[in-house]
Amino acid sequence: MKGLFGDIYRTLFKIELAVMFQYRAAVVIWLIGLVLQPVIYLVVWLTVAKAQDDGKVGDFDASSLAAYFLIMMVVNHVTFSWHMWEMGYRVRSGTFNALLVQPLHPFHRDIIQNMAYKLLTLAIVIPATALLWWFFEPTLSPEPWMWVAFGPAVVLAFLVRFFFEWSLALLAFWITDTSGLNNLYMALFFFLAGRIAPISLLPTWGQAIADVLPFKVMLAFPVELVMGRLSPDQMLTGFATQFLWIGLGWLTVHLVWSRASARYSAVGA
Amino acid sequence: MTAIACDHLSKTYKVPVRDPGLWNAAKSLFYRRTRDVEAVKDVCFEVAPGEVVGFLGPNGAGKTTTLKMLSGLLQPTDGHVEVLGLRPFRRQRDFLRHITLVMGNRNQLVWDIPVADSFERNRAIYRLERPAFTDTVDMLVELLDLSTLLSKPVRNLSLGERMKCEVAAALLHRPQILFLDEPTLGLDVTMQRRIRTFVAEYNRQSGATVLLTSHYMADVEALCERVVVIHHGQLLFDGQLAELVRRFSPHKTIVVELDTEDADLSSYGEVVSAEGSRFTMTVPKEQTASTTGRLLADLPVIDLTVEEPPIEDVIEQVFAQQLGGPGSSPDSNGD
Repeated sequence: MKGLFGDIYRTLFKIELAVMFQYRAAVVIWLIGLVLQPVIYLVVWLTVAKAQDDGKVGDFDASSLAAYFLIMMVVNHVTFSWHMWEMGYRVRSGTFNALLVQPLHPFHRDIIQNMAYKLLTLAIVIPATALLWWFFEPTLSPEPWMWVAFGPAVVLAFLVRFFFEWSLALLAFWITDTSGLNNLYMALFFFLAGRIAPISLLPTWGQAIADVLPFKVMLAFPVELVMGRLSPDQMLTGFATQFLWIGLGWLTVHLVWSRASARYSAVGA
Repeated sequence: MTAIACDHLSKTYKVPVRDPGLWNAAKSLFYRRTRDVEAVKDVCFEVAPGEVVGFLGPNGAGKTTTLKMLSGLLQPTDGHVEVLGLRPFRRQRDFLRHITLVMGNRNQLVWDIPVADSFERNRAIYRLERPAFTDTVDMLVELLDLSTLLSKPVRNLSLGERMKCEVAAALLHRPQILFLDEPTLGLDVTMQRRIRTFVAEYNRQSGATVLLTSHYMADVEALCERVVVIHHGQLLFDGQLAELVRRFSPHKTIVVELDTEDADLSSYGEVVSAEGSRFTMTVPKEQTASTTGRLLADLPVIDLTVEEPPIEDVIEQVFAQQLGGPGSSPDSNGD
C-alpha cells in the first residue's frame, strides 16, 4: 500500500500535471464554463429575490444566495469528474486495452488524473472566486467547527461523487452509447444536489427524494455546512451518509468491475 | 514447465445483425438479432520458456483474439489458458508484471509528453527499483538507439521512432513473456531489421518467451524456429518452420544463369521470371534432382541454385489448401 499511495500516486500525479500543461487553452476554456454557470444561476436567483417584497427567496436573501452559489462553484469544481463521459469512448475504441494490461487498476489512474486537474485549476478558480466574492458581497457566519468540518466534507463529497460516477461509467461495458444515461444523471444531479437551486427551495417531495439519494452529500451538504445552516446533528448525519455512499460506491465498483471487464470485447488496437 | 498453455481455447463473439435500411433500423429498436462468431475454435498449443514462436494467419484468422486472451484482455468462452502458471483473465498483479503486450503503436506512451516521462510513468506503475530501472533504460537506449528521442514529445516522433520507444516502454519491467502483435507493421526495412535484431537480442539476454504475429515473413524467418498457423480460428499447423515449408510447398525454385539470353526453358518447369540470361523457375519437388541434371546437361549453365520457395508463398499455399475443401486439409499436428 505504501508503494501504491507513495510512488505511484506521486509520479503519476506529476505526469498528469505535465500532460495538462500541454493543454493550457483547453483548461482555461473549461474553467470559464465552470465559473460562468453558477454565476448565471446566481444572477437569475438575485433577480428573483429582488422581485420579492422582502427581498428573499425562501430563507435566502441576496447575500446568502451569493454565498451559496460561490461556495457551490468551488465545491463543484473540487468534486466533479468527467470519467463517465470518457469511459464509453475507451470501451468502443479499445483504448482501454493499454490500461488493462498494466498492473494498476484504471480507477487509480482516473482518480490521480482528476486530482492533478483540480490542483492545477484551483490556481485559477480561487482568484476567480475571490473576485466574484468582492463583486457580489456575500455574507456567511459559520462557527469555527464548521470551517474545520468543511474540508473533510468536501473530500468525502469528492469520493462519493467519484465512486458513484465511476460505477455509472462502467455501464459503458453494457450500453454502446452512454451519453443519454449520463445526461439523465446530470439532470437529476442538477436538481437534487442543489446545483440549480438550494435544496430547501425544492418542493417538499423534492427535498424528500434528495434526502435518500447520494446527490445532496456530493454538493449541497458541504456548502450548507460552511454557510452555518446545519446543526451539529445534521452535520453528523451528513458525514454518516457520505460514508455510507462511499461504502456502497466502493462495493459497486468492486462488484461491477469484474463483470464489466468480463464483457469487454477489447476491440481495436 | 510451460510458459504458455492453451487447452481447447475458444472465443465466441455475439455480433448484432441488422439488415440495411431505415425500416430495419426502426425494427431493431424492438427486436435485436445477434449471431455468434467463433473467432477462436478449440485451439491447443504450448510454448516453453525462452521459446520464440511465430503465430501466423491471414487477417481475421483469430491471432489477435488469441493474444488478447493470453494477455488477459479477453475472457475465453471455453477452454483453459495458463500463462506462467496463472490464469490471464484474472489479471493478477503478479501476472501483469511479468508480461507485455505490444499491439499497434499507441499503448505505452503518453502522447503529449517526452518519451522519458512515459518511461518514468511505467517505472512507477510496475514498481521498479530505481537502479534496475536505470540499467534497463540504458540497455534499451543503447540497443534501440533511443538517446536522441528521450526528450522528444511522443507526438513529434515518426512512426518508426514511436514504435522503437513503444517497444522499449513495453520492456522496461523486463517481462518474461512478450506478446508482439505486428511489431514491425508500417516500418521501413531498416527499422524492421532493427526491431527484429532487438527482439532476438532481448530473447537471448533475458530468456524471455516471445509469441509474435507478423505479416512480414522476414520477421518470422529471422526470429522463429517454430510457427503456429491459425486460420478461421482453428489451428492448422504447429511445428518447425522448416517442416511447414517441407510439408506445404510441393515446389522448389531453381534459379539458373545461362551463357545466352536466347533460351526456352518451358519444357523444364514453370518459368516465373526471365531477366536477361537469368531464369527463375519452379519445379515439382520430386523432380528437382532430375530437372537440375537435365539443365546442366542440356544448356550452357554458368550458375545454378536450388531454393526453397519464399515463406510467403508457402503460407499462401497453406491457406489455399484449407480453402480448397475438406479433402485438401493438411494434418494440423505438425510435430
